[in-house]
Amino acid sequence: MSDHDISLTVNGRKVARRVPARRTLLDFLRSDLGLTGTHAGCEHGVCGACTVMIDGVAMRSCLTFAVQMDGHAVTTVEGVANEDGSFHPVQQALHDNHGLQCGFCTPGIVMSLLSLTEGEQKASREEVLDAMSGHICRCTGYQGLHKAIAQLTEATHG
Amino acid sequence: MKPPPFDYVAPDTLEEALAVLAEHGDDAQPLAGGQSLVPMLSLRIARPAVLLDLNRVAALKGISAEGGALKLGAMTRQVEALTSATVEQTLPGLQEAVNFVGHFQTRNRGTIGGSISLGEPAAENPAFAVAMDADLELQSTQGSRVVRASDYYSGPYMTARTDTELLTSITYRPPAGARIGTLEVSQRRGDFALSGLVACLPVSGGVISDARLCWFGMGSQPLRARSAEAALNGASISGLDIAGRAELALQPPAPKDDSHATADYRRQAGRPVFTRLLIRLTGEGAAQ
Repeated sequence: MSDHDISLTVNGRKVARRVPARRTLLDFLRSDLGLTGTHAGCEHGVCGACTVMIDGVAMRSCLTFAVQMDGHAVTTVEGVANEDGSFHPVQQALHDNHGLQCGFCTPGIVMSLLSLTEGEQKASREEVLDAMSGHICRCTGYQGLHKAIAQLTEATHG
Repeated sequence: MKPPPFDYVAPDTLEEALAVLAEHGDDAQPLAGGQSLVPMLSLRIARPAVLLDLNRVAALKGISAEGGALKLGAMTRQVEALTSATVEQTLPGLQEAVNFVGHFQTRNRGTIGGSISLGEPAAENPAFAVAMDADLELQSTQGSRVVRASDYYSGPYMTARTDTELLTSITYRPPAGARIGTLEVSQRRGDFALSGLVACLPVSGGVISDARLCWFGMGSQPLRARSAEAALNGASISGLDIAGRAELALQPPAPKDDSHATADYRRQAGRPVFTRLLIRLTGEGAAQ
């Protein structure tokens, strides 16, 4: 039952903590750092609510240990909006198209959309929709989300 | 849903990693991408004393092609195989199979070698390796050996790897003229297959030879359909009796009822999986 000193970057800020090996990145973000925007859903990788970006790539924070993040950069939903508090285009698209209902699954969806639409190789609408299979919305419907994705991918793919 | 306590080590070199396994044996659990292992820890199905994180071992990474063979370091992430130009040129069929594995977010971290090592009976990577009869390189502090994928599995999550060995690389040797495809039926996109098939059909002059068919999700381990393979060898792809071969292919699988589907459903689903995949692979313009 080992403890480890880790230092990483979270939402652009340097963070150093001591963590037990078994602490998931999800619990580290929520309990150690108080960043409760990342949601704990199924805690076994299926629901997608805990999705964050690790070094710019969308991954499940419940399937990664905090100790593994030593030297890496993590972005959570708290790090998405602009400095002045205005919406990022991903957030704006969800807002414009009623892309969330109760909002529980939304932080994970925001991080997946961000990773797919911000990178050098912008994903097509079909690729983004396919990636949404990794997120479960129990309000169901998904039509607002589909419209938000259409708005997001229209600019780059028409 | 929290993992049990364990000690954690993350060596930088393969030698250090093998030394950990030599010391701790089955008390140590290698951690690759963790997309299956971490849930097993959280559900407390796995309770290792030592978690051996392989993510910093550079020697386990890398994709290379030589003489038509494709070699992957065991820690090659699924997304790396999907986006690699080398894989696309030498074995695009692997990309089709990997695209069925989990979701975009889990493929970003999950590895090919981790999936092959776990040996989940309904997973795509083990079945693809068996269908290609890939060379699986195992190393320990005592040396290395190569096990053919068709000899690797002996039951659910049971492999030829001993407690002090590590899977270090996978080498696929696609036969000349091979038409390779994967198809599965699952409840939702990204779920484990209820019935899945990998087919590798080398075709020369319109005639099949050395066919390989491997079911997944249809029993306790990846399962070759040998009698259907034999019935395909020497057959012409034009006018092929695919329905007849499907019946042969469905003889060996002995799936069991579970919470996802009945055994009968899995066998019923296997028929259109087989038929659709073989129609596609034997159709005009179905080069690899």
